[in-house]
Amino acid sequence: MTDLAAIFRNEQGIARFSISQLSSIARTVGKTLALPLAGILIFLMLWQGVANNINTSLGQFPGPVQVWEQSKGLLAEHQRERKKAAAFYQRQEDRNAKRLAKNPDAEVKIRSYTGKATFLDQVITSLYTVSFGFLIATVIAVPLGIVCGLSEKVYQSVNPIIQTFKPVSPLAWLPLVTMVVSALYVTDDPMFEKAFLTSAFTVALCCLWPTVINTTVGVTSIDRDLVNVSRVLQLPSLVHVRKIVIPSAIPMIFTGMRLSLATGWMVLIAAEMLAQNPGLGKFIWDEFQNGSSDSLGRIMVAVVTIGLIGFLLDRLMLLLQKRISWDKQAILR
Amino acid sequence: MKNPYLEISHIGIEFATDGEPFRALQDVDLSIDKGQFVSLIGHSGCGKSTVLNIIAGLYEASEGGVILEGREVDKPGPDRAVVFQNHALLPWLTVYQNVELAVKRVFRKTKNKAEMHEWIEHNLSLVHMDHALHKLPGEISGGMKQRVGIARCLAMQPKVLLMDEPFGALDALTRAHLQDSLMEIQTSLGNTVIMITHDVDEAVLLSDRIVMMTNGPAATIGEILDVNLPRPRDRLALAEDADFIHYRQQVLEFLYDKQKNPQIEKKPTDSARKLQEVACKPASSQDDAAVDTGKTTTGTDKTRAA
Repeated sequence: MTDLAAIFRNEQGIARFSISQLSSIARTVGKTLALPLAGILIFLMLWQGVANNINTSLGQFPGPVQVWEQSKGLLAEHQRERKKAAAFYQRQEDRNAKRLAKNPDAEVKIRSYTGKATFLDQVITSLYTVSFGFLIATVIAVPLGIVCGLSEKVYQSVNPIIQTFKPVSPLAWLPLVTMVVSALYVTDDPMFEKAFLTSAFTVALCCLWPTVINTTVGVTSIDRDLVNVSRVLQLPSLVHVRKIVIPSAIPMIFTGMRLSLATGWMVLIAAEMLAQNPGLGKFIWDEFQNGSSDSLGRIMVAVVTIGLIGFLLDRLMLLLQKRISWDKQAILR
Repeated sequence: MKNPYLEISHIGIEFATDGEPFRALQDVDLSIDKGQFVSLIGHSGCGKSTVLNIIAGLYEASEGGVILEGREVDKPGPDRAVVFQNHALLPWLTVYQNVELAVKRVFRKTKNKAEMHEWIEHNLSLVHMDHALHKLPGEISGGMKQRVGIARCLAMQPKVLLMDEPFGALDALTRAHLQDSLMEIQTSLGNTVIMITHDVDEAVLLSDRIVMMTNGPAATIGEILDVNLPRPRDRLALAEDADFIHYRQQVLEFLYDKQKNPQIEKKPTDSARKLQEVACKPASSQDDAAVDTGKTTTGTDKTRAA
C-alpha cells in the first residue's frame, strides 16, 4: 500500500521534477555562465572601441581581433619550429644510419637543435622559473612563519625585518641578485642558467613575505584548548608542531602561499625582462625592442596569457589545499 | 599525620591589568584524598577554573602551591588530565587517533603496539564510543565528543582527573547520561576527580565533597560540604531522598543567600566589570606582569580562565 503510494507519487514527481529541474538548470546557467559571458562581451567591445582610437608609432593599438590573429600566428610558429626540429633530428638519424651501415665502428652523434625559442617554450620556461622561486620561498617561509607564530620573542625580533623588506620592488633586488649570482655561482658545468637563477631568486625574495605573515597569524590563532591539550600531554616540540600547529594553521598557510604565488608570478615577468631569462618577460621585452607592426598584438597575447596562467596557478593551489586540508567541509574560494 | 594525596596549599593568584593587579584567588586551601570526587561550585567569574588550571599546572600560582603525592606541581602533565568544557578534540584526528595521541605519549615505554591498541579501544568502550572509532569529531554529536574527551583523559590513567564544566555545553538529557556514565566509571576505577560545575544537582549527585567558593575578586573557599550518600547512587531514587534534598538545599543556600550572584545583586561598575573580563581572558601582557607578583612564570600561561 505504502509502496504503491510511493510509486504513484514518484511518477507524478518525475514530471514535476523535470520541469523544476530544467528551470533550475536554466537559472544556474544564467548565474554561472550568462553573466560572466556578458561581462566579457562588453569588455571586448569596449576594448575594440578604445583600441581603434589609439594610434602608436607601431601602428594601431591591438584590439581583440588582432590579438586572436596573433595568438594563432604564435601557435603556428611553434608548430613550424617543432616540425623543423623533428626534421633536423630525422636527417641526423638517417645520416648516422647510413654511416653505420657502411662502417659499423663509425662514431656517430646527435647534435641538439638550436632553433629559436617559441612562445610556448617561453611560457614553459616562465612556469619552471616561477615554480623554482616559489618553492625556495615556501621552504623558507613556512618554517619561519611557524617559529614566529610559536615564539613571541622571535616574532618581535623578526617582524621589523619582514616589514622593511616586504614592500621592496623586485626591480630593486634584481641588480644585487644578479651580482651575487655571478659572484657565487661559478662552475664549469652549470646546472642552471645564471639568468634563470637570478629570476628565481628575485621571485623568491619578493614572494616570501605573504607566506611568512599568514603562517605566523595562523599559528598564533590556534585554539588555546588545543595548545593546553598539548601541554598536558607534554608533547615534544616537533610532535606539537606536526600534530597540532600545522593542521590548525593549514588554511592560513595556504592563504599565504596563494598570495605568494600570485606575487611571484607578477614579479617574474619584471625579473625576466631585466635578467634576460628566456621566459614571458623576455618575450615581451624582445617584442618591444623588435618594434614590428605585429609587436603590440603579440605583447597583448602575452598579457592575456600571463593573466590566464596566474588564474590557473591560483586554482591549482586551491585544489592542492582541498587535497591536503583535513576540513573537507570548508568552503574555499 | 598522614600527608594528603593532593594538597592545595594556600594558593592565590594575581593577574596584571592596565591599572592595579587583579587578585582572582586568595588563600585557597584544600586537601583531597585518593579516590575522592570533589566538586567546585560557585558563581561565574569566581575563579573556579583558575583553581583547576593551577592544579593542572597551566597557570602558576602567585603564592602557595599544589602538592600531588608529595611532589610539587610546576608544569602541566598527563598525571593531571584535563577534560575541557569544549572537549578540545583535535578536529583533524579521528576519535581513535585522538585517544591514541595521548596513549602513545603516556605509555610509549610501557606498552607495545597491540597493548596500546587494546587500551585505546577499552577506554573508548568505557564511555560507550566504541562504535565510532574512525569518525572525525566533526561527524559526531556534542555529547559524543565530550565522551571521547573523557576517554582520552581516562586513557592517560591520571592521578587526578580534572574536569572543567565537562557537561556545561550539553543538553539536559545528554548531561544526565554522561553523569551516569561518569559515576559508573568512577565507581569501578576509583579515580580521584575534581570537577567544576554550575549545576547544584550535578554536584550533589556526583560528589563526595562539594567545595563552595565565594565571589571574586579575591575569591576563596566559603564552605565545604561532605556528601555522605551511599554509592552507587541512583538519580531517580535520590530525587525524593531526604538527605539528597537537604544537601541540595545547603548548596543552594550558600549560592543564593550567602553568596548572591554579584551580577544580579547589583550591576557591577564599569571598572569592576573590566577587571573581571580581564581576569577571564588573560592576555599576553598579563603573563609578563605576573612576574611582578613575586614568582616567575614561564610566560606561556595564556590559558582561558573563564
